[in-house]
Amino acid sequence: MDPWWRHPLVFWVLGLPPTAWLLGFFLIPLGIVWLFSFAELRGVIGMEVTGTLANYARALDPLYLEIFGKSFLFAGMTTVVSLVAGFPVAMAIVFASPRWRPVLLLLVILPFWTNLLIRTYALIAVLRIRGFVNFSLEWLWERGDWGLALIGLPGVLGDRFEPLELLYNNTAVVIGLVYVHLPFMVLPLYAALERLDRSLIEAALDLGASQWTAFRTVIVPLAFPGIVSGAILVFIPALGSFLTPDLLGGTDSQMIANVIERQFKGANDWPFGAALSFLLMYLTFGALALRAVLSRGRSAMDAG
Amino acid sequence: MARAPIGPLDYTRRTWMRLTLLATFVFLYAPIATLIAFSFNDSRRNIVWRGFTLKYYEQALDNEDLIEAFVNSLTIAFASTLIATVLGTLVAVLLWRFRFPGKVGYEGAMALPIVIPEICMGVAMMAFFARIGWPSDMVWPFSLSAITIAHVSFSFPFVAVVVRARLEGFNRELAEAAQDLGATEWQVFRDVLIPFMGPGLVAGALLAFTLSLDDFVITFFTSGPNTVTFPVKVYSMVRFSVTPEVNAASTVLIVLTVALTVTALWLQHRTRIKTAETAG
Repeated sequence: MDPWWRHPLVFWVLGLPPTAWLLGFFLIPLGIVWLFSFAELRGVIGMEVTGTLANYARALDPLYLEIFGKSFLFAGMTTVVSLVAGFPVAMAIVFASPRWRPVLLLLVILPFWTNLLIRTYALIAVLRIRGFVNFSLEWLWERGDWGLALIGLPGVLGDRFEPLELLYNNTAVVIGLVYVHLPFMVLPLYAALERLDRSLIEAALDLGASQWTAFRTVIVPLAFPGIVSGAILVFIPALGSFLTPDLLGGTDSQMIANVIERQFKGANDWPFGAALSFLLMYLTFGALALRAVLSRGRSAMDAG
Repeated sequence: MARAPIGPLDYTRRTWMRLTLLATFVFLYAPIATLIAFSFNDSRRNIVWRGFTLKYYEQALDNEDLIEAFVNSLTIAFASTLIATVLGTLVAVLLWRFRFPGKVGYEGAMALPIVIPEICMGVAMMAFFARIGWPSDMVWPFSLSAITIAHVSFSFPFVAVVVRARLEGFNRELAEAAQDLGATEWQVFRDVLIPFMGPGLVAGALLAFTLSLDDFVITFFTSGPNTVTFPVKVYSMVRFSVTPEVNAASTVLIVLTVALTVTALWLQHRTRIKTAETAG
């Protein structure tokens, strides 16, 4: 008797439902959007798939190129800031005592599980003009002003406190993106650093390297796969973010996803929105391919 | 007791490292903590502490739209979790047990919903349901079917990943032992494999539930005026202003998802220890 898992009937019973679902409710919807991206508008709501490339050509318009550039810039800055902030955090977790390690890891992961919208909303409440950051700054300003007046320097800090404009600009978008994506950076860095053979660092230090040299020439190269993974894991979702620029950004902080949303909801130009969303998807695949190439090159170097 | 001096590799005991860690946690938690704290604050201005109150929770409870959205979210989450867990488990067992031509491509296709940007999936779902003319005037709860379908599509590949990771740790000798003792194939499946998958199923289901409850972008594109979910409702409220009522409603959702997540992590942790014990 054949084991149950060799039976062809079992294969089909297992495979058919999920494959049908993936095909019907994922691949076909994507296919429809792909077809739409080659369509032309007819009248107010009509569309005809004519095989035109005009929608893709329109994405090359300087207006949209600028938005693509800005999205790349925001996602790139988010990646760099997350890396700089995340590396010490990952190191601190790896070199913490075994008792503290799971607790610190959980603390990094936990915010990731609270609703994205709620976290963004929480940032608004903290950053707005009448928010917590400005409130704390005002408190400090008043104390400072009072202290300076005591030592005979009244009015050095200006006549009155000017709250900072922290919301609805490009900085707010990057702060928001880092806030949301930091765990994606810390986790792969942690995984890479945890595997690192500590005797290598000790050897470098014993041979006279400074901590900085050891960090630069031993720790960073060995953590490279983690750096690549983290960078891609932050860059991809940051590039396609919709909610963060929508809620935290100003009129000039629109990213690709916001333009796509406008084509589908407000402007009703589905073909153009479809073309943009496929361009975004190709960029995503490009980033994933880059990661594959980088990690393969790395392992080839290790083998050689 | 004197503490040992800080060794060269005791990075975590260095002050600047601890400060960085502290600053990061403040950055991650201060906004959420403020949000929760001020849901209990007896002041609409929302900045100065004026005493403890539960009135914003009462207001949130009295807000019928908000409650309706919350019920919608939970209904969608339950339905999509059920379907996604079944589908995800089937995929996991299929990929674990069978070798077939085109398997690499199949796995790649299954990973697509995890990989592609949410906005792309959102507009795809919107275009799809509009194109095939999915009825939008069905009675509740069938009116939620479009959103539920979209949620299943993005969550079942996650379930498959979790369950498959669990299956990789399966000790085949257990199945062989059961067969030697006279169990039929079906009995092995039912009495050995399914119980073994149990914790993976629960963890996968909790993951699907949280993903569904949390999703905004994809739901935003598949929901209509009569099928508002909790995040979509909060979004429309946030666009107007920051109110303690939204804080209260958000706090409820945070507590719910964190409780679910900690349960899932704890289950995984516990089974990992158990597996290590049986293996060792």
